[in-house]
Amino acid sequence: MSSATTAAVLPDAVPARAADSWYPLRRALEAVLAPLVALGVAGVLFSVFLLCLGQSPLDFLDLVWRGAFGSWFSIQNTVQRAAPLLLTALCVALPGQLGLVIIGGEAAVVLGGLAATVAALPLVHGGPFLVLPAMAIAGIAMGAFWIGISGWLKARLNVNETIASLVLAYIGLALFNHLVEGVLRDPSSLNKPSTYGIGDGNMLDTVPWLDVHPGLPVGILACVLSWVLIYRTSFGFASRVTGGNVRAAQLQGLPVTRLILVACAIGGGCAGLAGAIEVAAEYGRANASLNAGYGYTGILIAFLARFNPLAIMPMALLLGGLTAAGGLLQRHMGLPDATILVLQGLIFVSILTSDTLYGRFRWFQPRGTA
Amino acid sequence: MPADTLLATDVSRRRLLAGGAAGLAALGLPGRRASAARPLIVGFIYVGPKDDYGYNQAHAEAAAMLKKTPGVSIVEEERVPESDDVSRTMESMIRLDGATLLFPTSFGYFDPYMLRTAAKYPNIQFRHCGGLWQKDKHPMNTGSYFGYIGMCQYLNGIAAAHATKSKKIGFVAAKPIPQVLVNINSFTLGARSVDPAITTSVIFTGEWSMPVKEAEASNSLIDQGIDVVTCHVDSPKVVMETAERRGIFACGYHANQSKLAPKGYLTGAEWNWITVYRQFIDDALNGKPIPNFTRGGLAEGFVKMSPYGPGLSDAGRKNVDSVKAEMMKGGYTVFKGPLKDNKGNTVIPAGTAYPETAIQLESLNYLVEGVNGAIA
Repeated sequence: MSSATTAAVLPDAVPARAADSWYPLRRALEAVLAPLVALGVAGVLFSVFLLCLGQSPLDFLDLVWRGAFGSWFSIQNTVQRAAPLLLTALCVALPGQLGLVIIGGEAAVVLGGLAATVAALPLVHGGPFLVLPAMAIAGIAMGAFWIGISGWLKARLNVNETIASLVLAYIGLALFNHLVEGVLRDPSSLNKPSTYGIGDGNMLDTVPWLDVHPGLPVGILACVLSWVLIYRTSFGFASRVTGGNVRAAQLQGLPVTRLILVACAIGGGCAGLAGAIEVAAEYGRANASLNAGYGYTGILIAFLARFNPLAIMPMALLLGGLTAAGGLLQRHMGLPDATILVLQGLIFVSILTSDTLYGRFRWFQPRGTA
Repeated sequence: MPADTLLATDVSRRRLLAGGAAGLAALGLPGRRASAARPLIVGFIYVGPKDDYGYNQAHAEAAAMLKKTPGVSIVEEERVPESDDVSRTMESMIRLDGATLLFPTSFGYFDPYMLRTAAKYPNIQFRHCGGLWQKDKHPMNTGSYFGYIGMCQYLNGIAAAHATKSKKIGFVAAKPIPQVLVNINSFTLGARSVDPAITTSVIFTGEWSMPVKEAEASNSLIDQGIDVVTCHVDSPKVVMETAERRGIFACGYHANQSKLAPKGYLTGAEWNWITVYRQFIDDALNGKPIPNFTRGGLAEGFVKMSPYGPGLSDAGRKNVDSVKAEMMKGGYTVFKGPLKDNKGNTVIPAGTAYPETAIQLESLNYLVEGVNGAIA
């Protein structure tokens, strides 16, 4: 963990920029090449796995291409699966700048979705221009509150944030089920307990022209804003310093407690917003469908992206595409559903291992300094 | 909709091309599919693994039998969540595989996912397991099928009554929804038809598939003294294995689990989906319309009982056989007045009876007298 965050912090502190004008380019190249090499290694390992099962890796590639990117339908499918992951990955990546590992985003998603629904219910007759902002605010506030608890526990009581957020995720899911199956339940939702609906007229439409999930532009915007926040503001700089060395940050007089709380709240707000969008765009009501594992896949993506918000976008597309192609693989190669999990696992391990490649090759390092 | 449009997907593809933006999507269709003798492509979608010894296996076994039918090609996808994922899977089967008849088998697929996808693809036929299709509300290219498996749970209850010594039997249930409550009540009424002193203890796990909680629930029921258990969860595997290990009897559900509990398995309530699927696919191949609303019980061959295990006495077998013979005649009624719930309220007044076909049972919301447990 800390290796990832220090790697993200260090390059800005490189002294020899003036002497070696190509260095920033080579640094960017290193950042792109390392994960690509890792992907290649994962691909080779997975091909061996497929050959052991008596399947052709080329057929596999062909099916992944067709299922994930080969047609406009496949691309829409991929994007739809990637859209909520952009926001849930930020729930891990933003606190990650401070060296925190928050893994409870799933609860922020479902509770955010539930809060958004509850906020929408009294306003259903007010039209989408009233309902949707209320849902967004409620979802963000709820997610910020829920992940904020883990941040507060860490900052004030030094409770391990990973454990706290995981345990709070179980509590959050239980609370969600209790409310949806209890006081908030629409009695007519017989076999699938759900809340009352927000009304078809208030639902969020797909993006005009492209017909893709409305979470996509929101997710991209959130990623770009997060990148600005992290790399172009003093808040971001302070966060990265804290992530690099908490003691040093405290000695410098940085408000570590406040930084932790704010980063957790923003991250949680993103996950809560993802839940609100899922309700507004897909379900129209809160029910167990919200608990689809977006929060957990977000952890994977944030780590693959090495907590860089811009890198989250291609990684989310990659995982969204793999999930989109998963069905086609099952249907045409007779491979079990878990095959895609094997591939995801291999990619995850190789990309994390590739972290150790950074700085190993002199060609990428600054030159010309005496 | 006549089913001949089912086979004429080339026409619908041209229509798609004519549809402007949708034409882009058709670019993704592989050219090699445009051969002359196209098979009927049927898609099956399962919420869990195909080999779960339960709900999904019951459907997958029928799909496996259909694979041998000439002119039919089966595509299957397992572990598809009850979320927008299933819409994507259905669309992918339609667009990328050319499927024209889809069976999304899990309950939560129906509303809104299947209904929404069906509205988008009016030339594709959708039949859903368990949903309540209504002519005035739902598209005509959709429909639902289900079986009266509560009857088999009633027979399970009779078998349980003959095996129990403690007069306490147990039920591990997923969620307190009508289909599950009908099963718990039928199991209890069956047992109490043999011996009114018998009580059923029920534990709801809250999830369709949560093996850890199912094991805990089974163990805690056994610790409370029950000596026969059955269940309604997606995969009865854990409940059956726990029962066998703890040396008590078990009645199966969804599929045949006798392999998991060779000593304690009494009998079981099983689906027999091949009856339904065979009929639907024959209709499609012969150009006949596929029915929109299909229900059936033991008499129609939609459900069946597992072969008896060694734990069931001869008297018990005879009792189950005789009631089953009555059921095969049709019109057998389990839910009839006067019937009280377990809080003492009369839920069915004297003189009223709900046979297996009664639509009221699909919105049942109580536990009958003799059940220890509460809904929510």
